Amino acid sequence: MKPILKFLSGREAGIFVMIILFCTAVGIYKPHFISSNSLRIILLLVPLIMIGAMAQMLVLVARHVDLSMGSMLGFSAMVAGLMYRDMPEIWWPIGFLVAVGTGAVLGLFNGLLVTIFNLPSIIVTLGTLNLYRGLTFIISDARQINRANIPSELKAMSQTSPIFGIPWIILMSFAIALLTFYLVRYTQLGRQIYAIGSNPNAAPLRGINVTKVTLIVFIISGALSGLAGIMYASRWGFVNPSNTGMGFEFQVIAAVVIGGVSINGGVGTVLGTFLGVILLGCVAAALPLLGIPGTTQSAIYGSVILIALLIDRSVRQRATANTKRSRA
Amino acid sequence: MTNQIPSLYHKKSWRSLFNRPETMTFTLLILALVGASLLSEYFLDVNYILRSFTLTAELSIAALVLTMVIISGEIDLSAAANIALSACIFAYVQASGAPMTLAILTGLFAGLVMGSLNAILVIVYQLPSIIVTIGTLIFYRGLAQVIAGDKSIRVPEWFIGVNTKMVLGVPFPVVIFTATAIILGLVLGTTIYGRQIYQVGTNNTAALHAGIKSNRIKFGLFVLLGVVSSACGIMAASRLGSVRYDLALGGELQMVLMAMLGGTYIFGGRGTILGTFLAAWLLVIVSTGMTVANLLPAIQLTVLGLLLIVAIIATNFIYSRARR
Amino acid sequence: MHLPLVSARGISKSFASIEVLSNVDLDLHNGEIHALLGENGAGKSTFAKILAGVHKPTQGVIKLNDSIVEISSPMIAQELGIALIHQEPISFPHLSVAENLVMGQKGNGLLTKVNWTEMVDHARQQMTMLGVEIDVTIPMQGLSIADQQMVEIARAIASDARLIIMDEPTAPLTPREVSTLFGIARRLKEEGRTIIFISHRLEEVRMICDRVTIFRDGERIATNTIDELSDEDVIRLMIGRPLGKYMRKYNADIGKIALSVNKLGLEGAFSDITFNLRKGEIVGVGGLVGAGRTDVARAIFGISPAQKGTIMINERKVNISNPADAIKLGIAYVPEDRAIAGIFSSLSVEHNLTAAIPKKIAPKNIIRRVLETSFSSESIDKLSIRLASPDQPIVELSGGNQQKAILARWLHTDPQILILDEPTRGIDIGVKAEFYDMIGTLAESGRAILLISSELPELLSLCDRILVMSEGQLTADISSHEATQEKIMKAAVPKMAISA
Repeated sequence: MKPILKFLSGREAGIFVMIILFCTAVGIYKPHFISSNSLRIILLLVPLIMIGAMAQMLVLVARHVDLSMGSMLGFSAMVAGLMYRDMPEIWWPIGFLVAVGTGAVLGLFNGLLVTIFNLPSIIVTLGTLNLYRGLTFIISDARQINRANIPSELKAMSQTSPIFGIPWIILMSFAIALLTFYLVRYTQLGRQIYAIGSNPNAAPLRGINVTKVTLIVFIISGALSGLAGIMYASRWGFVNPSNTGMGFEFQVIAAVVIGGVSINGGVGTVLGTFLGVILLGCVAAALPLLGIPGTTQSAIYGSVILIALLIDRSVRQRATANTKRSRA
Repeated sequence: MTNQIPSLYHKKSWRSLFNRPETMTFTLLILALVGASLLSEYFLDVNYILRSFTLTAELSIAALVLTMVIISGEIDLSAAANIALSACIFAYVQASGAPMTLAILTGLFAGLVMGSLNAILVIVYQLPSIIVTIGTLIFYRGLAQVIAGDKSIRVPEWFIGVNTKMVLGVPFPVVIFTATAIILGLVLGTTIYGRQIYQVGTNNTAALHAGIKSNRIKFGLFVLLGVVSSACGIMAASRLGSVRYDLALGGELQMVLMAMLGGTYIFGGRGTILGTFLAAWLLVIVSTGMTVANLLPAIQLTVLGLLLIVAIIATNFIYSRARR
Repeated sequence: MHLPLVSARGISKSFASIEVLSNVDLDLHNGEIHALLGENGAGKSTFAKILAGVHKPTQGVIKLNDSIVEISSPMIAQELGIALIHQEPISFPHLSVAENLVMGQKGNGLLTKVNWTEMVDHARQQMTMLGVEIDVTIPMQGLSIADQQMVEIARAIASDARLIIMDEPTAPLTPREVSTLFGIARRLKEEGRTIIFISHRLEEVRMICDRVTIFRDGERIATNTIDELSDEDVIRLMIGRPLGKYMRKYNADIGKIALSVNKLGLEGAFSDITFNLRKGEIVGVGGLVGAGRTDVARAIFGISPAQKGTIMINERKVNISNPADAIKLGIAYVPEDRAIAGIFSSLSVEHNLTAAIPKKIAPKNIIRRVLETSFSSESIDKLSIRLASPDQPIVELSGGNQQKAILARWLHTDPQILILDEPTRGIDIGVKAEFYDMIGTLAESGRAILLISSELPELLSLCDRILVMSEGQLTADISSHEATQEKIMKAAVPKMAISA
């Protein structure tokens, strides 16, 4: 009973209600929005963002931000794509290893700059956002990896399903969400990420190796961006040096901030992030149905980020007011 | 009795010249010029460099104001998106038949509103400027896309070509850039507002204790950047002849890069307009050099990204050494 | 005689060439509660922090169970079984109480599984053992300061610390909570653990401690069992520092009321503060750290304005909502913490000196270098600020010269009311005397001065009148010829039976 009550009073419930309200409203206007088919559309829109959002949540909880995710996604996808093109006979799942590994290395580079030189992560990742994107062009010679070069088994992962008709990539993104849940809830590492974000000054006094944990967070961010990269290749069947992953970080930040992850560190849940991604997916799926052009998507993302920031602030203010009262 | 020790005083000013990050920028600029002229004799032609500069003049002008924002201890990543949205609003209004003056005023007003929105979120609601301006960056760019769609909006023939207008043989945008740099340099270096920008950026608490109205100063800077960005957007419309929502896409990188290369300290309190001015020229030489050398735009992106990281490490290093 | 748990020999500590602790010897026995007493800045907290690895001693040896140890970081202190409970609890506000208890514990790899049920059960047991009712599943930030402190104590106990240092633990607690805490302390003592108890409340020290050590001016003055010392003895030992040679020539003509504060109050900081300050008068404010003195100053200067009460200047009611208002009314405030609220560290001395007089150096908004230089060289001369160049960053100056620069900054505004908050803290003796001269001269020129100081000799030799604050209340208003160190200390020490 208690967990249910806690859920009802929390941020997650708010997002959940918003999802229901939004879908009902759209459903009344366009009844065929509520169908298993549109559920499928929504779910197919979200797996990449889901994976990215889990990583960005960890980064934000640790009081950092990673703007380079889209470029890491693009670069990793390109490395895997080049491998498929130039070594067509290779066993296709190797691509996952390659993409994830590549992303992890890029993430490690971000992490090293942030920790060794003590630089603000926003500027570092603004730099690497462009650096990695440029490198993607260089390694690909500015050419796209075409449909023919992507293994059909990989593409099939976005179509075929082992269970309930849910495609593989959706299952995988849910699996990542579950893994992240396990990480933040049941491992020392996860709890230490929260501790660092909650009070960076206290963390070393309590024996937490802040450098190590921060590095791991950035590596996870890179590795999951790489995973999203190979899934991009699966979902869309091509890898383009300029389009692949472009603006990905913004969608991810939007989802995470809607999900109630605080930009001031220490606060954020997997469930909230999950629901934030789903809400974003519902909106994205409903726009074309409602005849709203796809060009408004970015404006909507931007405004929800700002609104979420303001909500976050008022929640925080109420929390401090409560503490003050209990002190008095 | 005076307590000055003249010899030490003298040595100090020499040392401080070497510790000034603008010296680094200037040296790099000379090196880049030498390197570029070895690459191609075009670079010995002043007119060629001036013409090349017009391509990034808008971003450079906005970067001058951004420098002041960073010195005050804040940051604004939304200025490039502001350039795009103002340009789109301007082009849209005039394309729908309004007189040019009205269109320009509308564009500038849009910039004022955008700057104010940033300022309100950062100062009134006390949200961190880094994340706020990422939000507004997406929002402004998105609105530009809503207004312009995926098409480009043309501006009338007679309005095209601000970059080919010459003032004493110098392209008009370069004149504007130089004039803005001089004006802002004077404001920052000689007026009380400039002084207080440094003070607020160095220690906001101490500034409050000294009776400096730091919120008012920061608010003003965000609004100024908003308006200047929109003017740059209109200028870009004239240079390009048509605008799309992706105008100046990724421009926030170049703007931050100019400030960082010019020695502006990312944590506030230090930096000069001269530094950013020099860095803007440095970037033009570097990117034109890369174009002349037939490097792909993508490689240029890589170089810019690397430069940003190197620049911030270098300025941090210089400042931490000077502090000791 | 048993071997002492801790044996410190010849411990000295200097910060930037100012010695705050000199040659302290102290033994701590197993199973004793040992009080450290002394005025603010006497060195007791520094000593405690050295034991806890926060500071490294400049000289001296510490033995733990007869083997020499080097306590170079708080982590090492923890491993050696030394726990410091900070005045302001250090915690992770967003994490639950139970998690705060175990976060960062030794022997846990990053992938070690967190067992929530076990963790929460264990935390509940600890709370029951302490006899406090705290829901261990709620986040730390939902707790009152007192409860947060209890969690800190629980943490220290759970970590099997042999030496537990409590730095003014009772300050935020209610009497009931204090007696709970004392119950715990006694039990820990029975288990053979050692507790260092730093407090200003003598009554509490008597209730709980076995021995006391008194610090004064960085030296250990006395160590004795508490029963052998009367309150008078303790106070005498604490304040036994000689009065400075400096004696102000008292200002004969104290003028009209310049500042009048009536029933000023701010929730959680101070209440019901009423006093007058006259032209040419130096009014001292004594009291212990955290008594609310700085909060009153900040309220008058408009940094965090009071919620209740009125402020009158020259007998006219005024409304001060920010420092700019206060400056216009002729108030100046030299803050307590120079580095945080005073200096612009990387900016030049000159720019620091003229920060509060924008209109004077830039009559038409453009800074006139001639004016600025004349202002700065005037104050450099007048206050003999020692520097290499007015263009050098102020952070390169010594603490005393930085402080002179901050005072000079305010003198340029020609203030009628000058609030000085610990103006001589961390300043060496020679410069201190210069400050006393300046403060005296300022009063003679008709300025009203409010001097917040924790140094009793300073208050006694400079002030016409001394106010004393304790726990947010004004507890005494003594004129200079009646004031003694004992009287001030008695009013400053909270909840002490006054034996008249």
